[in-house]
Amino acid sequence: MTRRQLLTGLASLAVATVVFILPFLFVLINAAKTPAEASQPSFAWPSEWHLWSNLVEVVQVRDYALLLAYFNSIVITVGAMTLLVIFAAMVGYVLQRRPTRFSKFVEFTALAGLMIPPAVVPTIWVLQQVNLFKTIHGMILIQVAYGLSFCILLFRAFISSIPRDLDEAAIVDGATPLQVFFRVILPLLKPVTLTVIVVQSITIFNDFTHPLYYLPGAENITVQLTLYNFQSQFTSQLNLLFMNILLITIPPLLVFVFFNRQIVAGMTSGAVKG
Amino acid sequence: MRAKSPYPYWFFLPAAVIFVGLFLVPTVASFYFSLTYWDPFEARFAGWDNYVQFFSEPFLVRGTLNTLMFAFVTSLLKTVLGLLLAVLLTSGMFAQGFLRSVVFFPVLVSTIGVGILFQELMHPTQGAINVGLEAIGIDGPGWLTNPSLALFSVALVDVWRGVGLATLIYIAGLSTIAPDYYEAARIDGATRWQLFWRVTVPLVRPATTTVVILSLIGGLRLFDLVWAMTRGGPGFSSDVLASVIYKQYQAGFWGLSTAGNVILFLLIALIVAPLAWWLNRKELDA
Repeated sequence: MTRRQLLTGLASLAVATVVFILPFLFVLINAAKTPAEASQPSFAWPSEWHLWSNLVEVVQVRDYALLLAYFNSIVITVGAMTLLVIFAAMVGYVLQRRPTRFSKFVEFTALAGLMIPPAVVPTIWVLQQVNLFKTIHGMILIQVAYGLSFCILLFRAFISSIPRDLDEAAIVDGATPLQVFFRVILPLLKPVTLTVIVVQSITIFNDFTHPLYYLPGAENITVQLTLYNFQSQFTSQLNLLFMNILLITIPPLLVFVFFNRQIVAGMTSGAVKG
Repeated sequence: MRAKSPYPYWFFLPAAVIFVGLFLVPTVASFYFSLTYWDPFEARFAGWDNYVQFFSEPFLVRGTLNTLMFAFVTSLLKTVLGLLLAVLLTSGMFAQGFLRSVVFFPVLVSTIGVGILFQELMHPTQGAINVGLEAIGIDGPGWLTNPSLALFSVALVDVWRGVGLATLIYIAGLSTIAPDYYEAARIDGATRWQLFWRVTVPLVRPATTTVVILSLIGGLRLFDLVWAMTRGGPGFSSDVLASVIYKQYQAGFWGLSTAGNVILFLLIALIVAPLAWWLNRKELDA
């Protein structure tokens, strides 16, 4: 490493600390304060650390709403991811293996799904017609509908690297299309499936807008909405507000630490295509 | 009848039912409902009234213009800063890997959390940003309370949150440029400046296309950050189409809200689709 590289590194480190790290440190410091000390949030070190008692207090707010919210968010994320992986892989598989005009049309529709903003009020109207408005399973299906495009394109790209000989051998042996897909193809999709799961579950877990529209009601609260709903209640207890921010920042941080490589793969797909 | 393909189309079916039912049907229906007076009880045909209202009421016009401004400013900043950061973070400098993670992490954090955090940091008198500026003798502005500044402040936070994704995409793009190009240019006596403009910028174009398109779509559709930070205020000064759509929905003006949705859809289609086509075409020419 040259002297120049060391110096730019140190300078960048200083700038990045102020711009990117201090805001998160601010959350941590103020999440540990007493309500009085946090009433004017600052970088002043807390006189005593109240992390644990603040955590207990924020969890108890509104009859343990935060725990319910974690439960709901996890149910929605896991449910939607299960359907997304299977359905999107099925579509990506046939799209890649059978490049007909009809497949082109389907692919174009999927691409349009990445661009078109959901028409929210008409979606509520549709959900009401089929009794899915304000229900967790309705929310799961919405997340599937909105996530399909991205997942299909990732699966399609990956399947093009799986040799056709594999499915043909199974077909010759008399396997049905479903058997070929579930026994031969799906097990080979593990790397891209992991990428899809990591990237898409962060998106669903962090989603605020769609639960706000389609999943109103105290019993349906999700993690992102806790923060929004508690905001007015916490104006005199900013320590709890910051603790809440801290609690919803931790899951993505853990995912980031363990699945950095998958996140990079998923987020840069399409960046380097010719 | 032809022999059955081993790759049957009915594999599309489960996905298609959900996608068509919950995404395409509402999208098509939105064109009809945008032409009605629609509230929780009934929908009456209204002709173009909602659209006329959208382009005559000053606060609705403001929302549309703000959306364009916001998308333009954030996309420009994300593209420029993303490329510069990517060049810096591939230069082999000290702590490079750690810095990449630091720049990228905000992308994964809850937008609503980021919004509320910066609402506190940008408080005009006690916020940490203005307290810090005061310490070095600068009188900080009312970031979110000054009507002519609020939208710009939200845009800055959006760039703070999203530049990591642009950087990541550019880093991936830079890694595909063969070192030979730089080698050859250096032998020809190119300066650093020339290397950047004549080699890096043209060859990283696929990444630029992705960054520009993603940021524009994201910027035009943005709702959560604006809602967390300003609720469109003060007044209507930082309203964007997505927040107008939510407000009109809340107020029971479903037809007007849906007209906003259709306008947003048309804006995205009219801006992004030709741009994507143009950027991709230029790639082929190069």
